[in-house]
Parts: sequence; structure tokens; C-alpha cells
Amino acid sequence: MKILVCLKRVVDYNVRIRVKPDGSGVVTDGVKMSINPFDEIALEEALRIRERGDAEEVIALSIGPEDCQQQLRTGLAMGADRAILVTAEAAVEPLAAARVMLKLIEREGTDLVILGKQAIDDDCNQTGQMLAALWNRPQATFASKLELADGRATVTREVDAGLEVIDVELPAVITTDLRLNEPRYVKLPDIMKAKKKPLETLAIADLQVDVTPGVQVETYEPPPTRAKGIMVDSVEALVSAMRDKGLLG
Amino acid sequence: MSKVLILAEHDQAGLNPSTAKCVSCAAELGADAIDVVVFAADASGAAGAAAGLEHVSRVITVERAENSSPLAAIIAPQLATLGADYDYVLGPSTTFGKDVLPRAAALAGVGQISDIMAVENPQRFQRPIYAGNAIITVTAPDNAKIFATVRVASYRAAGESGSAAPIESASVDAELPTHTRYVELQSGSGDRPDLQTARRVVSGGRGVGSEDNFKVIFNLADRLGAGVGASRAAVDAGYVPNDMQVGQTGKIIAPDLYMAFGISGAIQHLTGIKDAGTIVAVNKDADAPIFEVADIGLVGDLFEIIPALERALGD
Ligand SMILES: Cc1cc2nc3c(=O)[nH]c(=O)nc-3n(C[C@H](O)[C@H](O)[C@H](O)COP(=O)(O)OP(=O)(O)OC[C@H]3O[C@@H](n4cnc5c(N)ncnc54)[C@H](O)[C@@H]3O)c2cc1C
Ligand SMILES: Nc1ncnc2c1ncn2[C@@H]1O[C@H](COP(=O)(O)O)[C@@H](O)[C@H]1O
Repeated sequence: MKILVCLKRVVDYNVRIRVKPDGSGVVTDGVKMSINPFDEIALEEALRIRERGDAEEVIALSIGPEDCQQQLRTGLAMGADRAILVTAEAAVEPLAAARVMLKLIEREGTDLVILGKQAIDDDCNQTGQMLAALWNRPQATFASKLELADGRATVTREVDAGLEVIDVELPAVITTDLRLNEPRYVKLPDIMKAKKKPLETLAIADLQVDVTPGVQVETYEPPPTRAKGIMVDSVEALVSAMRDKGLLG
Repeated sequence: MSKVLILAEHDQAGLNPSTAKCVSCAAELGADAIDVVVFAADASGAAGAAAGLEHVSRVITVERAENSSPLAAIIAPQLATLGADYDYVLGPSTTFGKDVLPRAAALAGVGQISDIMAVENPQRFQRPIYAGNAIITVTAPDNAKIFATVRVASYRAAGESGSAAPIESASVDAELPTHTRYVELQSGSGDRPDLQTARRVVSGGRGVGSEDNFKVIFNLADRLGAGVGASRAAVDAGYVPNDMQVGQTGKIIAPDLYMAFGISGAIQHLTGIKDAGTIVAVNKDADAPIFEVADIGLVGDLFEIIPALERALGD
């Protein structure tokens, strides 16, 4: 079995996001970039499946600028066997990303594709579902547990009402939630080894997929700030402040 | 002449309040018709509730055995087919809507706008990115078909209308896959007020310390008739089930009152409570970031403050 894992390069989750004063975007110059946290979990899951002997190869895919090589090298250092970078200068919307992924799935003949449930930059939460639709295969989104047996996957999903269990036939698309696993740390010797692993680069234009954006982003704004609150120094003061706001009536 | 189709969320028996919130968003689109579709084995309960909502023109029920569970692989092809006659197809940005809508959009060959928080005009929308740390305004091209999810915390539920909209049953010609089987729902937190609609929410974080200690949070919540939430750290540590998580990857909520006990206030948590009316925070660390957003803050040990609070509330 071959597993494809999608790794998106995003602003690190610890960075405090600032909108540029002219409203043209968020500040990314000199800001730490990382693998989207959900995608690290996707890769960790794929590696565990391979280490159990249920898969032969784990391929990491990223779509974006040349700099995505850094995140793919990290993925290779974690243990992916090889990597593919599809270079794209402009931002790629989820539907276009899904079309690119499908091209590579068809080329590689993958049986399982694992993505993050959402990219923490655009927060779209769409790509895996769209890929599953275009591929005409099952989807198991927001996975917190994944078991493979007899060509099927039993997946526990984190849903609003609790934990839902579904059972899907492979090939399938899985998207990860945070509790699926805890990704391993990369060790220094692995970083050295990763430099020798294959990293193929393709230009998005050569894949002949429709990447026309569906919407135009007009402006970026900081969120409205909440009015400054008060600090109280006793439970009595807390209760009376709450009563004043009519919150206990 | 524009038409909106809303994907109803329900539990086979009743309608989820997220549907009425989508209706409020749809009402801002200036459409001539707002239809709600209920995919179910037996749609009567949910359809009746949807028909009673203001702004709703018509309720369409699609009843078949396969629709007895909320599987995206089954519902999306039906929604895409039915949606062909509409300008907008909307669903809630709950885990159900997030699962189904993008699949249906891709089947229809179009992208999706996630988490609409405001409609500027029928083609222009605001949505949050970077965990709500930036808001973008996006424009869809003229005459584009729009698939979107509605950020439910940004909208009030549509009220009841005096007269019920017609309910029509439809059969949708879509091929349904057999590759996906529903197994079960292991539900979490029982019959407390629903987090997403509760007017008051009491939440605990890692500072609560254990599953057993969480009783103090539950007791205070019961006292206030509140729903109970938690930080990711509290869920990860096994104090409470996952469906109680509030934040970027949990639930985005907008209660009138949010009380946070032993929660530090990481941005991923704050994303979930930005729309709360009043945020009350209790933390023993005076420098905890939660105090930067709290309307009322109190520094102290939650295990001393909660009992004192209960006494002060009297009976
Ligand atoms: C991609 C991503 C998504 C995430 N999504 C979410 C999400 O949806 N929701 C979420 O909550 N987090 C989320 N997180 C995690 C988030 O970054 C924080 O780790 C988490 O919110 C911390 O939870 P906490 O405040 O309970 O724990 P801590 O940060 O450990 O804080 C515990 C607090 O309790 C206080 N305390 C301890 N004892 C007491 C006492 N006796 N009385 C009073 N105060 C006490 C301490 O002073 C401290 O401030 C996400 C992280 C990532 C990377
Ligand atoms: N440009 C990209 N490169 C690699 N993976 C991506 C890209 N865009 C989206 N993905 C994958 O799709 C998931 C969901 O992204 P989104 O739908 O944008 O929230 C991410 O967690 C990634 O696994």
C-alpha cells in the first residue's frame, strides 16, 4: 500500500498574526513557517501504518512556493520516503489543491490519502472532502482513531455530538483531528539523511488542472477588539459586577 | 430571481438550531426564495420545525433508508443534484456541515466559502482566517453559484413565523455509493444544555486538574443553568469528552455569559469565545492571557472561588 500525505506550509501556530496596515494581507516576512499542525499528525499516522507493516511507502506532497521544500525536508526527516513539490506562486484554493492531488494520486496509484482537517492559515476545512468527491472515494474527516483491516478503515471521528464511528472501503481520504496521535520529534541524524531522499518538483501549470480562483479576496482586517475589562478582587465584587450587567437575573 | 437552498441539520427526530441560524444568514442575501432540505429516513419532525421558521419559503424532504445517518458520501451527491436549481447552497459550519458541503460543492464543480460571518452584499462576504485573527472580505463573480457554510456563532436563530411554509417531498436522482458504512455515535456529555446554543457556559481548563475535580465545574453550571465547556488541554488530559472542547478546533460559541476557570487563554481557545457577551475569567496566575480579553477578571484559586461564588449566589 502507498500512502500520500499532504503537507501545507503555514505560519507557525505560535506566531501572533498581524494584519498589514494597508490591508493587503497578513505579515509573513521574517515570520516562522511550519508544517500545518494537522498535517504533521497526518504524516505521523502514515508513518505508524508503514512501521506496522501495513504500507510500503509514504509520499509527502506540498503545493505552494519553492520554500515549501523546507517543510517537505522536515517531513522526510520525520520519515517520509520521498516528496513531491508542486510549485505555485499564487495562493491555491482548496478545490484547485484537490485537483492537483487527484492528478498525483492517479499517477502514483495511492490507496490512502491523509490530510489535515484544516489548514490553520485559511481555516477552510474543505480540501480532503473535495478530493474525496473528485476521486469518487469515501471520506472520513476529523479522525481521532484509525484502524485498517481487510481493505477497509474503521475511523472514529470527532463530531459535535461526541465520537462517531464509520467504516470505509479503501482507497479513501482521511482528515486528521488533533487527538489522532502525537507527532514524533525530528532527530539530527534524520535531518542529514533526509537531504539524500528524493524530492521531485513539478510546476502547477504542467499538471493541466483548472486553478482559477472561485473568489477574490478584497481586504484583510484585524478582528474587532473587545472593550477593556475590569479586574475585581473578591467574589463579592465579582457577583455584584455580574449582577450589574444583568447576567444573574 | 435568486434562490437559496439550506441543508438542514437534524438528529432524525428534531431540527438542530444551526439550521435556523443559516436561515438568518440566507435572509441577508435578498433572495426570492429560501428553501430548506431535510435528508432523512423519516423527515417529519425536522421538516415541521423548519417549516415554522420565518423567511422559509418551502421545505423539501428527501426520505430514503440511506438517509438515516448523516454520511457525507451519501448526502453530498443528493445535495449537489438538488442544488443545481439554486444560486446559493448553504449549510452550518458545524462538523456535519463541514463534512457535507465541500463534498457537494466539488461534485457541482465549484469552490466553497467557509464560515460566512457577515453578508456585505449578495456577492460579498466576510469570513475569519488564522483562527479569527484576521477577517477577510471575499467577492464571488457575478452569477456564480455559491456554496458556503455559515459561521453559526455570528447569527441569531430565525424566529417562528405565524404560518407554516409548505412541505414537499422530493425524490432525487443521484447514484449513492456503498463504500461508506455508518457504525455508531458514542455521545459524550449527556443532557446538559447544548454548548452551541446555551446562553450561559461555564468552562474548565487544565487548571481543574482531574476528571473528578470537574464536578465543581458541573455543579456551578447546573446552578446557573449553563452548558459546560472545556479547553483542549482538559479534553486531552481526559477530564471531559471531546464534544465539550471550545476553540479553533472545537466549538465556536456565542453565549451571553462565558465563565473560564483554570484556562490560560491560548489564541486557539479565544477564537471560540470572541462572540461571547461577557467573559468572566478566574485564574490563579495574574499574568494569564485570558485576562486580556476578560470583561471581568478575578485572580485566585478556582477551588476556593467556586464554593464562595455558590454561597454568594445564595439560593
Ligand atoms: C492547531 C491547534 C489547535 C488548537 N485548538 C484548540 C481549541 O480548539 N481549544 C483549546 O482550548 N485549545 C486549542 N489548542 C491548544 C491551545 O494552544 C492550548 O494548549 C490550550 O488551550 C491550553 O489549555 P488550558 O488553558 O486549559 O491549559 P494551560 O495553558 O496549561 O493553562 C492552565 C491554566 O490554569 C491555571 N490554573 C492552574 N491551577 C489553577 C487553580 N487551582 N485555580 C485557578 N487557575 C488555575 C494556570 O494558571 C493556567 O493559566 C490548539 C492548539 C493547536 C496547535
Ligand atoms: N497547498 C497545499 N499543499 C499541501 N496540502 C494542502 C494544501 N492545501 C491544503 N492542503 C491539505 O488540505 C488540508 C485542509 O486544508 P484546507 O481545506 O485549506 O483547510 C490541509 O491540512 C492539508 O493537509
